[in-house]
Amino acid sequence: MAERLKFDLVSPEKLVLSAEVDMVEVPGVEGDFGVLPNHSPVMAMLRPGTLTVESDGKRQSFELDGGFVDVTPEGVTVLAETISQA
Amino acid sequence: MASLKELRNRIASVQATQKITRAMQMVAASKLRRAQEAAEAARPYADRMGAVLGNLAASINDVETAPKLLAGTGSDKRHLLIVATAERGLCGGFNSSIARLAREDAQKLMAAGKQVQILCVGRKGYDVLKRYFDKELLDPVSYQGLKGIGFDQAQEVASRVLADFDADSFDMCTLYYSKFENVISQVPTGLQIIPASFDDSETPDLGGAAYDYEPEENDILDALLPRNIAVQILRALLENAASEQGARMTAMDNATRNAGEMIDSLSITYNRSRQAQITKELIEIISGAEAL
Repeated sequence: MAERLKFDLVSPEKLVLSAEVDMVEVPGVEGDFGVLPNHSPVMAMLRPGTLTVESDGKRQSFELDGGFVDVTPEGVTVLAETISQA
Repeated sequence: MASLKELRNRIASVQATQKITRAMQMVAASKLRRAQEAAEAARPYADRMGAVLGNLAASINDVETAPKLLAGTGSDKRHLLIVATAERGLCGGFNSSIARLAREDAQKLMAAGKQVQILCVGRKGYDVLKRYFDKELLDPVSYQGLKGIGFDQAQEVASRVLADFDADSFDMCTLYYSKFENVISQVPTGLQIIPASFDDSETPDLGGAAYDYEPEENDILDALLPRNIAVQILRALLENAASEQGARMTAMDNATRNAGEMIDSLSITYNRSRQAQITKELIEIISGAEAL
């Protein structure tokens, strides 16, 4: 796994997580989708659900109450109002 | 010349005041650190939100179909000024400088024949502005008794503003708050939030690929713009909280120093008059003894 994905998880009150990860799974309004490195640019709304981050075979999940994801060649940014670690 | 007892009382009272101002200074200093951290922690979200919106706005070509929050109502007749200030005083020129900026802008707008509405967030701004305005003032929002500022409060203000906007009661909205530069400098600032303004300077390089939107651009904008208002308000409130503590710290530092100077000069006066009185009594005793 040479290539990794820069991932930021941001709530209005703080930067919850900022890390290099292997994969991010987000609950999009039109269905869940996973983001791997070199994903094409996407902007999507999120519905309330679980966001999963995978890095080095370890999985970390967060509960979101809806939000927004921005995938660019530089990385993935998730903006959500309330984030709790599940 | 005041009597010795009066001087003693005055010194004691200035000392008591100094104790209070010093305590307030230290409380403000420790609150400042927390407020500053909160303000800094909120920056990434607001910045990203701005960047994302800037992107989206740039991709929307047809102004006709763009949401009103972005494009405006096409008129600039009616203005809403949101004035965010503190709940408490004793923080130097903090509240009055924000209120002054808002007041001057409001008067300028009114002189230009525009309609102005003012929404005060925080009790102090309302107290100042109600001397100058009457029917322009909307019911103020107050955070009295609340521990800290969170997204919920910002959301509350935002939903009220958005409800008013949807009810078509104003065209443009400007937010007044104090930007936290550093501990000794806070700059009162007016930021236009409706129609949305942002710098689209940091549009990311997509490497030639086109953005996919899920759902459509306009749907995303519709959902994001109201959220952006809340985020901007939150940011203003947090900056304000940090500025307030900074201003209070500086003000109380000055007050403590002034109290110290006052105590020094009062002590000198006190010692001199005490000395003078002793000398006088001695002279009386000695001359009395000599007369015998």
